[in-house]
Amino acid sequence: MNSKPTNMSNSAFPVSGKQEYTITVYTENQIGILNRISIIFSRRKINIHNLNTSPSEVPGIHRFNIVIEETEEVIKKLVRQIEKQVDVLKAYYNTNEEIIWQEMALYKVPTDIIVEKAKVERLLHQFGARVVAIRKDYTVFETTGHREETDKLIAALEPYSLIEFVRSARVAIIKESEGFHSKVKEFEKRQPGEEVIENEFLDKKEEVFTM
Amino acid sequence: METLEITKEEKKLTSKTSTNVSGSVAVLEILVAEKVKTVFGYPGGAIMPIYDALYDYPDKIEHILTRHEQGSIHAAQGFARTSGEVGVVFATSGPGATNLVTGLADAMIDSTPLVCITGQVFAHLLGTDAFQETDVVNITTPVTKWNYQITDATEIPSVLTKAFYIARSGRPGPVLIDITKNAQIQKFDFEGYVPCKHVRSYRPKPNVRKVYIEEAAKLINEAKKPFVIFGQGVILGEAEKEFKEFIEKAGLPAAWTILGLSALPTDHPLNVGMLGMHGNYGPNVLTNDCDVLIAVGMRFDDRVTGRLDKYAKQAKIIHLDIDPSEIDKNVKTTVPVWGDCKETLPLLTDLLTRKSYPEWLAKFEEYKQKETEVCFNKDLRPSSEKLTMGEVMNLLNELTEGNAIIVSDVGQHQMVACRYGKFNQTRSNVTSGGLGTMGFGLPAAIGAKYGAPEREVIAVIGDGGFQMTLQELGTIMQNNVDVKIVILNNEFLGMVRQWQELFNERRYSFTDIQSPDFVALAGAYHIPGQKVLERNKLKNALKEMLDHDGAYLLEVMVGREHNVFPMVPQGCSVAEIRLS
Repeated sequence: MNSKPTNMSNSAFPVSGKQEYTITVYTENQIGILNRISIIFSRRKINIHNLNTSPSEVPGIHRFNIVIEETEEVIKKLVRQIEKQVDVLKAYYNTNEEIIWQEMALYKVPTDIIVEKAKVERLLHQFGARVVAIRKDYTVFETTGHREETDKLIAALEPYSLIEFVRSARVAIIKESEGFHSKVKEFEKRQPGEEVIENEFLDKKEEVFTM
Repeated sequence: METLEITKEEKKLTSKTSTNVSGSVAVLEILVAEKVKTVFGYPGGAIMPIYDALYDYPDKIEHILTRHEQGSIHAAQGFARTSGEVGVVFATSGPGATNLVTGLADAMIDSTPLVCITGQVFAHLLGTDAFQETDVVNITTPVTKWNYQITDATEIPSVLTKAFYIARSGRPGPVLIDITKNAQIQKFDFEGYVPCKHVRSYRPKPNVRKVYIEEAAKLINEAKKPFVIFGQGVILGEAEKEFKEFIEKAGLPAAWTILGLSALPTDHPLNVGMLGMHGNYGPNVLTNDCDVLIAVGMRFDDRVTGRLDKYAKQAKIIHLDIDPSEIDKNVKTTVPVWGDCKETLPLLTDLLTRKSYPEWLAKFEEYKQKETEVCFNKDLRPSSEKLTMGEVMNLLNELTEGNAIIVSDVGQHQMVACRYGKFNQTRSNVTSGGLGTMGFGLPAAIGAKYGAPEREVIAVIGDGGFQMTLQELGTIMQNNVDVKIVILNNEFLGMVRQWQELFNERRYSFTDIQSPDFVALAGAYHIPGQKVLERNKLKNALKEMLDHDGAYLLEVMVGREHNVFPMVPQGCSVAEIRLS
């Protein structure tokens, strides 16, 4: 899935800049795997921006989405360390251009202020927000989208005494992925085909390999 | 366990009628089926049901009671290193389990196959701060290849067989299985042993790609100054023969990491010596002179590479490793040859041109001469009265003719033991490489002897490290373990003192260490011994030790402020190695 050429400079200390990457991990549904994965980051003092675990398209297989900001060199090493874990089937990393992603946010505001002062219809329309609850004392809006979009609604609601805000972790679909069903079948074989072997890009000469 | 994929044929093979047994009996039955004959351990409350069941297995499983759980796990490591089998440890919950952590970390970084079974409080007490409860699975997660908590006896057969499979396959490592007391007591229908040969989410070795074998062969065939560096991968992959054929066919000089030591006989004409911080002169300097560097089953540890941005920049790098995460981790590879070196080396050897590099080899010889003048002579033929660690090792070599297993602890004596140790056969050097665990030596020597009972086992230990685990003299006494112990006593924590001398203006901050009368201490455990202060008594004392039937402790007083040279100071390139 990731087949960007590897930087061939012979250095363990990359100088290139950091950027946001989304790591997708397919795992067995085992207690403790979340810890095994998260300590790979904390051991290296790398902050996880957000992390989501959910079922995947394959029953019994869990899917993690982890968002961090790092250089590609570092990401590649991290992904290899993740994939090395016994209960991990496969790990990928992608830039934001390579994925379709969404984050959901909830906003709680005082009903009286919002009704009195804000043009609610306009808010809803402009930010693609929905009202998910209206009580006498508070109203909860919801919006789903990229970070900038959910951030914009915070800015818009702040003047109206935003009481509570929460944003979910990112969920992401890899554009080029064909899903995991066929891969799982390969993993279940004693002698898996080329599809699941770790060095799947070894054949591509210039690229040397990536995960 | 949905991750255990076992074929129907295998189930048929072992289609015993099920018997109603306790979890503890199932644990022991699985151990017996996995051909485990030796277990190192220490009982306690939460593992009592397993120990109770063990009482009925005296003919099948030999249990070695150590004096501390750290002793158990280091012994299991020594056992695994010399035997090539999985070392097995029993410990109780809480402190018993936490005492394993150092050994787990050591086994993890040195890829030693272990299965540790820890008792745990009853499942219904988990999380209640029960007596001797600790969160063992979470404490040990970073230092295990895999770990798992069993709370129900029915899980025992599949989880334990999986544990053995994971510990020994691919790049080996320690596995910890925590079993709650209720699961040990619980009766269930045990359907017999079914071996684990496949785990869906786990690939022990990557598939070999022919194209990279071909590219590697091309690079080697075209090389003018090829240089092979090898590590424990050769031993773990049982590829000593394949490795020898590989270097012999193409006439490749080969140097080793301390865990690779003994994979190739030390007197082999292509063995050019030791890599790294206290390695030999030639292999370090010429790393930065070779044109193709071929790394086999080693991981470019910082003690081997020195300063990375000045490491072998001129060379094309071929890296053979079974663990994909090692490729490009520290040093960028030109050709990555992923796979088990037992498989990749013969494929590579087939494509090599028969060659020799007399001029290139002469360069190693040249550096060896320089090292001899400055270092070897000082170490082996000292002008002062004070004994040196080097001459003790030299005499040992002479007497054992390179046939003994040498177990070393950590520090100056370790570097000397590895630099000067002579080895004719593989799995003869046991030391704590990656973690540098002081206190490893004595218990590891006990395990090493159980792993290779027919061989001579000599533990070479410093005065500091010995005092970290000297309680294991009790284990030696109780089990009549025939290990020879050589304490090289410089009355200092020598390696730290050396750094203080060289880099901290001789500010010897807390490295001056007093020792008990080691010979008297051994005497208290009914282990004979003697102390040597003079050169003319050394050889006879070593002979006496080797001739003695049973354990023996020999304390040798060596120069207090001797240094280990050559040395690549931290932060320097391998080419900046100092001879003095």
